[in-house]
Amino acid sequence: MQQLNSKIPEGPLADKWSRYKTSLRLVSPANKKKLEIIVVGTGLAGASAASALGELGYKVKAFCFQDSPRRAHSVAAQGGINAAKNYKNDNDSIYRLFFDTIKGGDYRAREANVYRAAEVSNLVIDHYTALGVPFARDYGGALDTRSFGGVQVSRTFYAKGQTGQQCLLGAYSSLNRQIAKGTVKMFSRRDMLDLVIVEGKARGIITRNLVSGELERHSAHAVVLATGGYGTVFYLSTLGLGSNASAAWSAHKKGALFANPSFIQIHPTSIPVLNDYQCKLTLMSESLRNDGRVWVSKEKGDKRHPTEIPEEERDYYLERRYPAFGNLVPRDVASRAAKERCDAGYGAGDSGLSVYLDFKEAIEAQGKKAIQDKYGNLFEMYEKITGINPYNQPMRIYPAGHYTMGGLWVDYNLMTTIPGLFAIGESNFSDHGANRLGANSLMQCSGDGYFILPNTIGDYLADEIRTGKIPTDQQPFKEAEKAVKEKIQKFMAIGGRKSASSFHKRLGKIMWDHCGMRRDAEGLKKGKELLNELEEEFWKDLRIPGNDREINQELEKALKVADFFEVGRLMCEDAIQREESCGAHFREEHQTETGEAKRDDKNFAYVAAWEYKGHREKPDMHKEPLRFEHVEIKERSYK
Amino acid sequence: MNVTLKIWRQKNAQAKGKFNTYPLKDVSPEMSFLEMLDYLNMQLTEQGEEPVAFEHDCREGICGTCGLYINGRPHGPMRNTTTCELHMRSFKDGEIIYIEPWRARAFPIMKDLIVDRSSFERIMRAAGFINTNTGSAPEANSNPVSKIIADKAFDAATCIGCGACVAACKNSSAMLYAAAKIAQYAMIPQGKVEAKDRVDKMVRQMDAEGFGFCSNTYGCEFDCPKGISVDFIALMNREFLSSKACKQKHG
Repeated sequence: MQQLNSKIPEGPLADKWSRYKTSLRLVSPANKKKLEIIVVGTGLAGASAASALGELGYKVKAFCFQDSPRRAHSVAAQGGINAAKNYKNDNDSIYRLFFDTIKGGDYRAREANVYRAAEVSNLVIDHYTALGVPFARDYGGALDTRSFGGVQVSRTFYAKGQTGQQCLLGAYSSLNRQIAKGTVKMFSRRDMLDLVIVEGKARGIITRNLVSGELERHSAHAVVLATGGYGTVFYLSTLGLGSNASAAWSAHKKGALFANPSFIQIHPTSIPVLNDYQCKLTLMSESLRNDGRVWVSKEKGDKRHPTEIPEEERDYYLERRYPAFGNLVPRDVASRAAKERCDAGYGAGDSGLSVYLDFKEAIEAQGKKAIQDKYGNLFEMYEKITGINPYNQPMRIYPAGHYTMGGLWVDYNLMTTIPGLFAIGESNFSDHGANRLGANSLMQCSGDGYFILPNTIGDYLADEIRTGKIPTDQQPFKEAEKAVKEKIQKFMAIGGRKSASSFHKRLGKIMWDHCGMRRDAEGLKKGKELLNELEEEFWKDLRIPGNDREINQELEKALKVADFFEVGRLMCEDAIQREESCGAHFREEHQTETGEAKRDDKNFAYVAAWEYKGHREKPDMHKEPLRFEHVEIKERSYK
Repeated sequence: MNVTLKIWRQKNAQAKGKFNTYPLKDVSPEMSFLEMLDYLNMQLTEQGEEPVAFEHDCREGICGTCGLYINGRPHGPMRNTTTCELHMRSFKDGEIIYIEPWRARAFPIMKDLIVDRSSFERIMRAAGFINTNTGSAPEANSNPVSKIIADKAFDAATCIGCGACVAACKNSSAMLYAAAKIAQYAMIPQGKVEAKDRVDKMVRQMDAEGFGFCSNTYGCEFDCPKGISVDFIALMNREFLSSKACKQKHG
């Protein structure tokens, strides 16, 4: 039985991080040169961490599966990045950013971590600006901000609808600088397939070279996972198709606890499913809800063209149900409200599975040019995908799987339960509770990578200065490589009839239907059974053409799908035990009379951290109680 | 709708490639171009044939991974559109569609439609950054940037690094790619400090990689899915001509 120690420092909330930092041990510049760190993933978290660690003088090895670090899926974040600068003089502060995040997460995040993320947010904006990230500016030359869901201030910095791209290219540029200096060695086109543990410590990874098919051993004094979320468990999601759970999952199987796996955000404003061969849902940024109004017809099954439905026959259901926040309620609330209307028969489009997002009023009030300036690229993207011009008629949108609040359990140092293994960005669980607020993701990834991990990892590495180079011919490396090799051979030998994607699609449907936006005990149990059945079929009927000693995209996919069966089961398990509704986790059995999520703080104010016990074995749950000392825990209302 | 695909197949970098013909039935006009290829690949896999290798990731036009040469145009017939954003409604029933990888000396083919764009990486590593350390940044608003300049820098920064500019160019020049980054930094105060050194290093790396020169046909701008303007090439040339190293060499 593992004991969870979150290592949250004592003292007043606002002083915890600054005091704690001064207590952390340092590694001298001469010793840093001798210490190696592996960073897996080069999105905003990984690229920022690798470059910051390189700047400090560590020897960094960075890995990504793409051909270039610039293509990691942080690139697709659209709306913005939050910071408590209070440039709009709207009474914003670090405390308010902290409070909004805790409340938005439905009181299921750690106070100390969230406060720290808010605290370093201002440094992140300073740093990106210095790196030349072209954030939007006003005519005086100062940085502009806008509003986002779940808050009543304007703290979101943005670069049109491409904020993630611009921040990632900023982090990528700082990574390139370190690669040029030789402090970071870049390994692209590599999949991490296993974690190597030597005498209880994370000491390296096994990767597959996606070009040659070779298995490689890489060693280091510490391993950092920045491998993103597992939202592609739904198959149809807003993520890139290469996004996967496998690196984090291999760490979980080697002993790292996995926290709150069922907390997965369904984003309310994605373009709906348009054809049966679709494998990706494209997001329309939450920022659109600043100016767009969400509605459906007041009449059931209304098949009229949206422009023919008169004003008085429209139900602006978010404004009706949540007058204080209106169209800017948090994502979980907006998603469920859309599903409620569609399930009740009021949905738009042929499938009835969409709602309208209407800009008519905003275009009339501000002019087409102003709307174009703010959202031009999103409107174009919408038109390319649907063939419909949203300047002339409302967009149709529907919720889609998006972001995972759950992830590897980490302590205040961002270290997992395996010594020397760290997890940052979306791959950890710590900052967003049961629901993430818009524009907090870029903030957390960058804060973790640039300003938090580079401090905390030093404290761990201070004990490693005498270790010396870690040889890769040790037994644990050999064993891990052998296990991966056997696994690949097993895949290649199945010789069935069906492609990996066809299984992934069916798996995703099971998860969406049974562990999606609304859950109940019976459905979740059924979901687990269906996953078991499909998994058996997978191992009998999978076909991977070609061989494993060359580029083999089918093999890459199959390896990921195999892990999703296990991830899916753990999500169901976690959702079953959490007999309450909170944030994105909505249990039918636990709702208020008006259909809002009903939390149970007495029994469920904890982090559920799961321990792997073997394939199909029941995992063990460990609890980390959440203490709220600086906010009053109360019903989350946006009315 | 039904289409006939003529796809470049090449086992690996060393092998000789050729066009294979694949008739494809029951294609929905709502499918994206890559979903149409997924549909083909699912059929090939189930028949035990090797699926067509092609690169893609975000499928929403922002990561720059995908890039196919479709009927003689990078990213196909639609302007300002990446391959993944292209939809089958842009093609006619019964159409023959030629699909090739990018063709350029600096982008060697790795397999089928996948090319090696690491030459782009090396151009960025040469100097595609501002030398600033984490923790040393001044307060973000201490350095005002006029909105006009900031917006222009943003336009340059929207490059997704896909390589369509190179594929579109008869000289396989990477001028637009390099210029977009050079211009972004040269225009803003943070990047001005090292602008001359940067342009020198990046241009030299570009030449070393085997990309061609620019002969002003503007094919790159026309086929750039992000509509990046050739004006940035002019800006890059101006920066380069006034760079110290250039002056030392050519007087």
